[in-house]
Amino acid sequence: MTTMQATQPVEDTFTGASLELKDLSMAYGDFKVVRHMSLAVAPGTTTCIIGPSGSGKSTVLRGINRLHEPASGDVLLDGKSVLTLKPDLLRMRIGMVFQHFNLFPDHTALDNVALAPWKVKGLSKHDARSIARECLAEVGLAERSEHRPHDLSGGQQQRVAIARALAMNPAVMLFDEATSALDPELVNGVLNLMADLCRRGMTMVVVTHEMGFARRVADQVVFMDEGEVVEAGPPAQMFDAPQSPRLQRFLSEVL
Amino acid sequence: MDFLHTLARTFLDFDAMGIVLPHLLKTGLANTLIISLWATVLGTILGLLLAIMGISPSRWFKTWARVYTDLFRGLPAILTILLVGQGFASVSQDMFGPSPYPLGILALSLISSAYMGEIFRSGIQSVEKGQLEACRALGMSYGRSMRLVVIPQGIRRVLPAMVNQFISNVKDSSLVYFLGLMVSERELFRVGQDAAVLTGNLSPLVLAGLFYLLITVPLTHMVNYIDHRLRTGRRPSAPTSGLDELDELTPRTASDKP
Repeated sequence: MTTMQATQPVEDTFTGASLELKDLSMAYGDFKVVRHMSLAVAPGTTTCIIGPSGSGKSTVLRGINRLHEPASGDVLLDGKSVLTLKPDLLRMRIGMVFQHFNLFPDHTALDNVALAPWKVKGLSKHDARSIARECLAEVGLAERSEHRPHDLSGGQQQRVAIARALAMNPAVMLFDEATSALDPELVNGVLNLMADLCRRGMTMVVVTHEMGFARRVADQVVFMDEGEVVEAGPPAQMFDAPQSPRLQRFLSEVL
Repeated sequence: MDFLHTLARTFLDFDAMGIVLPHLLKTGLANTLIISLWATVLGTILGLLLAIMGISPSRWFKTWARVYTDLFRGLPAILTILLVGQGFASVSQDMFGPSPYPLGILALSLISSAYMGEIFRSGIQSVEKGQLEACRALGMSYGRSMRLVVIPQGIRRVLPAMVNQFISNVKDSSLVYFLGLMVSERELFRVGQDAAVLTGNLSPLVLAGLFYLLITVPLTHMVNYIDHRLRTGRRPSAPTSGLDELDELTPRTASDKP
């Protein structure tokens, strides 16, 4: 760790924001996919959301940065309602990483990362690129900066996507099944990177099927089913002594 | 033999061709290219606008784009050319003078923009939704996301279809003759036809036809080539083992195995 600090100009710690979901409901048309969800995420902690498919996990993430507008309830970022912020300003403070990376295929890795600092933050192209270079180095891809996404493996692409989110210097990171589309040998590289962000003080909400990661890294684990929080608690309690029959059933299927 | 001789004289009278050749090159080919290039440029700009309206969240924009597209795709080209070319003659007179040439270009542009609009729309809509989502998640506005990321990808995908539309414009440019062009404004078809009427021999028209093929056939093959490149144009790279990339991670993260 100390050897890295010597060569890396990147800040070693993050200042994560606090996040609070208050009675949040999300709907697609008439279908309520998230119902009355409340959740507190302390600054610099990691919350893993687990649950079967269709349980509304990903939708919760999209409510936090308002990619999908909440139907009712509220989300507080550092105590302030996200509904009062302009969505674009809100999203500059919240990084998001997707299951299928969603990198821009006609941009190099470097330009993928530099685009938002340049065009959204209004930095000069030169400054944006030097930030992008630092972020790529941080995820171990300094030597791949001129590669286009289709010349990179899934794991490398996802690390570029993480660098792209970090380049905006977010206070919260959202991960939407970030390792679900990866080949098995590449999963740990991405998970380790996420664990590292957590250790350095990033506030993270992670939707995942990686129970090992949730147990090892999470400060709290939330089990969702059918749009509701069924059970929540510290990982040891959730995995070793699950209370609800549905969580017990779920864990027996995935562990 | 007599029959073949008659055929050759009707279609392949090289003397008649030789006489019309300079005129076909200097006037006909030049005007055909000018008309179809202008119609393609204007049609592309208008078409892109239509596509953006067609996919915009605004119902109002969508409806107008739809109506416009249905109208100009649904009418025979010759009818549109005649209506626009004669209907707006007085307006055009003030701006461009008495020649119907600009109105012919305008009419072709309106028609081709309707097709271009649909080409662009399908291209833009074929870009994965995740691209827009990724942009928005980074704090980009809808407009900027579309302009910087989504639309360029969409356009690249429909390049072959755009060249096809140009080919179509080259052929349709022959219809402008209906508006009655001055001698110096006549395009390939009209020049060929004039000569054919004068000599009572179809060979000049055959030569005009050859010129059309000279433009369209290479372009058609270029489209196929671009299309092929777009679909398979990945530079082949040596397969690398997924294990190699495990070493890329810094000691800080690698030290922490789950």
